[in-house]
Amino acid sequence: MIRRFWAVLIGRNKEFLRDRGALGWNFLFPFFVVFGMAFAFSDKGQDVFKVGVVGDAAALPAGFAATRHLKFVTFDDTTSSLEKLRHHQLDILVQPGRPLKYWVNESSPKGYLVEKIMLGTDVMTSSPMRQAVEGRPIRYVDWLVAGLLSMNMMFSALFGVGYNLVRYRKNGVLKRLKATPLRAAEFLTAQVVSRLILIMSVFTIVYQGSDFFLHFQRRGSLFDLYLIFALGSACLISLGLLVAARVTSEELAGGVLNMLSWPMMFLSGVWFSLEGAPKALRLFAYSMPLTHLIDAARAVMTEGATLAQVSTHLWILAGMTVLFLVVGAWTFRWD
Amino acid sequence: MSVVLEARGLFKRYPKAAANAVDGLSLSVREGSCFGLLGPNGAGKTTTVEMLEGIMRPDAGEILYRGAPIGPSFREKTGIQFQDTALQDHLTVRELLDLFGDLYPQRLSTQELTELCDLGELLNREPEKLSGGQRQRALLALALVNDPDVVFLDEPTTGLDPQARRNFWDLARSIKARGKTIMLTTHYMEEAYALCDEVAIVDKGRIIAQGTPDSLLKKHFDGVVIELEGEEIMTNDVEASLDGLRKQGRSLAHLRVRPRTLEDLFLALTGRGLRE
Repeated sequence: MIRRFWAVLIGRNKEFLRDRGALGWNFLFPFFVVFGMAFAFSDKGQDVFKVGVVGDAAALPAGFAATRHLKFVTFDDTTSSLEKLRHHQLDILVQPGRPLKYWVNESSPKGYLVEKIMLGTDVMTSSPMRQAVEGRPIRYVDWLVAGLLSMNMMFSALFGVGYNLVRYRKNGVLKRLKATPLRAAEFLTAQVVSRLILIMSVFTIVYQGSDFFLHFQRRGSLFDLYLIFALGSACLISLGLLVAARVTSEELAGGVLNMLSWPMMFLSGVWFSLEGAPKALRLFAYSMPLTHLIDAARAVMTEGATLAQVSTHLWILAGMTVLFLVVGAWTFRWD
Repeated sequence: MSVVLEARGLFKRYPKAAANAVDGLSLSVREGSCFGLLGPNGAGKTTTVEMLEGIMRPDAGEILYRGAPIGPSFREKTGIQFQDTALQDHLTVRELLDLFGDLYPQRLSTQELTELCDLGELLNREPEKLSGGQRQRALLALALVNDPDVVFLDEPTTGLDPQARRNFWDLARSIKARGKTIMLTTHYMEEAYALCDEVAIVDKGRIIAQGTPDSLLKKHFDGVVIELEGEEIMTNDVEASLDGLRKQGRSLAHLRVRPRTLEDLFLALTGRGLRE
């Protein structure tokens, strides 16, 4: 049994490794996405200090407001602006008035500098009141990277396994294998493991490679992150197998896979958080495996969560994996 | 010789089909023989043979291997060359032989298969880059990888040129010489005549004639065919036919006389050509 599984696994891996085009694309595409997004959302004008103003910017002391190389951004209240200050998206936050209140992030060097600059202007006439906040910088790319890598995994898992299996069925490869003592479970397990090896290799290279240049903030354990991504990709591969269990037409398989992947791409929190979205939408998002993968991975990266803290997501992913695999193997057809 | 494979009263109907694809078909194949299943496209040959292979389940009827109903272990005893098979991309013939060999409890070595199927320089090439005849040899080697008892060849020479077809026949004969039983489907009558010990002619899911190629010809009609200017005249008395043609004042310059073939027999039995 192990020998048969092994034979199919080795064969599938060779097949993939020699398909240069597909291999190159699988490794290069995620790099393009991560770097493209990092570039698109990078902070432009790094030498400008960003000053958040709560209320009316015109009420700022005129000397301070006229300081060059300061960019003033206004906010209605302190809730979202303080969050931005904590994540270093603002260098200082000012509320005009008498006394003039300001908040500064003590772990931000730019915050330290802009405070010195501000106190050297006519702000002193407004008897400023200082309040300190703490927080490490989180760039959008730090928040985004878990979602981008998960989304790439989703496409690789669904289309790489699902589409390929349908192609195998259509061109008779599966029928040829059916004529041997190979069992469906052995064959399917080999497909899952082969794709899992590929996906985790791509993940390792892309994550470590882009981390080298972009220095992601990762507050939780790297091991935990790998474990979450491995479980998540196993779940998505199983979903691909389930779709391809009986389908004989590549067009139909493509349609179903698109129908699954597009909602996941937009609603599972890859690009934006669903906090504040309507409840029905959030419930729908929670039925998708990608949501649980991204939530768990993002919590580990940006909040330093432990496995225990994201265990709900992990159990749901594990349960879905088992369900998809069992139903997929049960309904599987060779021809 | 004992019976290796036997089918009793096989029925199969595809969903939404108007008629049974296989309609009460029975046959038995003797050990070490080559049994040919002949018929036009759509006659039910492939359906029959896939049921015999254990790939497809009959709606009714039973299939016995050495007297016992076929089960999962039957796959270890059979080798199959499908009519059209794709193989995993980017693997060489040698790697495919190893992959398929590992799926069975026992296997022939690559060297034995190379000698048997004349693989030679094909081993390190990918099947999709081979010519038709080379590809069929590689597929035959895959069918033989588990040293099977019964070898199924489903239209193995369709689309091959005459030279490659004859080479394949030589391979089939050498497999038979190793004591293997061969179940061949074909719509080439000369192929059945060249290889088969016994032939069953299938039409509309039923066997309409069965026997050795010679006995079938003898039983259904003696005599020869006179071909003249595109016309075919079947006759038992060549002299009388020629006299008749002369009396009609026809020129016999391009006349040809040949023995009747299974093709003629099929035409006589079904009223249709084989490749219609």
